[in-house]
Amino acid sequence: MSDAGKAGLTPYARSLGITVHDEEHGAPVLMFDFGGEVEGRPGHLHGGATSGLLETAAYAILRNELARLGRKHRLKPINITVQFLSAGKQRPTYAKGRITKLGRRNANIAVEAWQDDRDRPIATAIMNIFMTDEDR
Amino acid sequence: MADQTKHPEPGRSNPNRFDPSRAAPMLLSHGHAGWLGLEYCGHGADWVELKLPWREDLLGEDDHEVLASGPIISLMDMASGLCIWTKMGGFNAIATLDLRVDYQRPARERAAVFGHAECYRLTRSAAFVRGFAHDGDPDDPVAHIAGVFMSIGGDPRNV
Repeated sequence: MSDAGKAGLTPYARSLGITVHDEEHGAPVLMFDFGGEVEGRPGHLHGGATSGLLETAAYAILRNELARLGRKHRLKPINITVQFLSAGKQRPTYAKGRITKLGRRNANIAVEAWQDDRDRPIATAIMNIFMTDEDR
Repeated sequence: MADQTKHPEPGRSNPNRFDPSRAAPMLLSHGHAGWLGLEYCGHGADWVELKLPWREDLLGEDDHEVLASGPIISLMDMASGLCIWTKMGGFNAIATLDLRVDYQRPARERAAVFGHAECYRLTRSAAFVRGFAHDGDPDDPVAHIAGVFMSIGGDPRNV
């Protein structure tokens, strides 16, 4: 996978094989392929790997939006709640976030992950993120 | 050796009973858990503690030597599964329904993170788990979690 597809991702996200698949109206669509690094019970995605993709997609859209607004912050996670809707299979998995609230100090982001059928997400998450001054 | 204790630890009284100390090396050796390098630390009747070793390629930021939060979700999900099987006394297929992680603070630089999960209630269909992650001092956690898991014994295709 090209390095360009990994720009702006954390070492953890790059290591897990997450890449930027596409961008839709400023929202990055992230993905990873099925492989040993993301496998839970045999033949299925591990919920932790799916959560990592969801969380990375939440950060990605927030970073994009802050850059668009010319705002510089250090991001700190407050919490994440993940709903697991169906078992992930041996296929590529995609995730995209949507900013539901962007304040001065905190953001609330909803994320969905899907495989074959975008209208049937395999997992969703809500994440709250603090935005502090960059030098702190 | 005969077991004379009146309140034997799980796994001691019945060789078929799920024992996380014996099952962990197998369960943690492959797939996502193996990739993260999760290790067994300890367990009780309804809890399990695992370790997520510090590793450079699991960092949350390029310029900070702090573990990302993503692997901590995986750590807690895995510790949750193990504590449920420990409380059940057997290895039954379960699926995570809902998992919430509240991050109190980042882990320290180059610190391993330990995940302690407790199954506080088990019903026929659901398992309720709470837990915390710490980086050496259990009294100063880096995160707390709450999760609900579902038994998928019959037909895993429907999950």
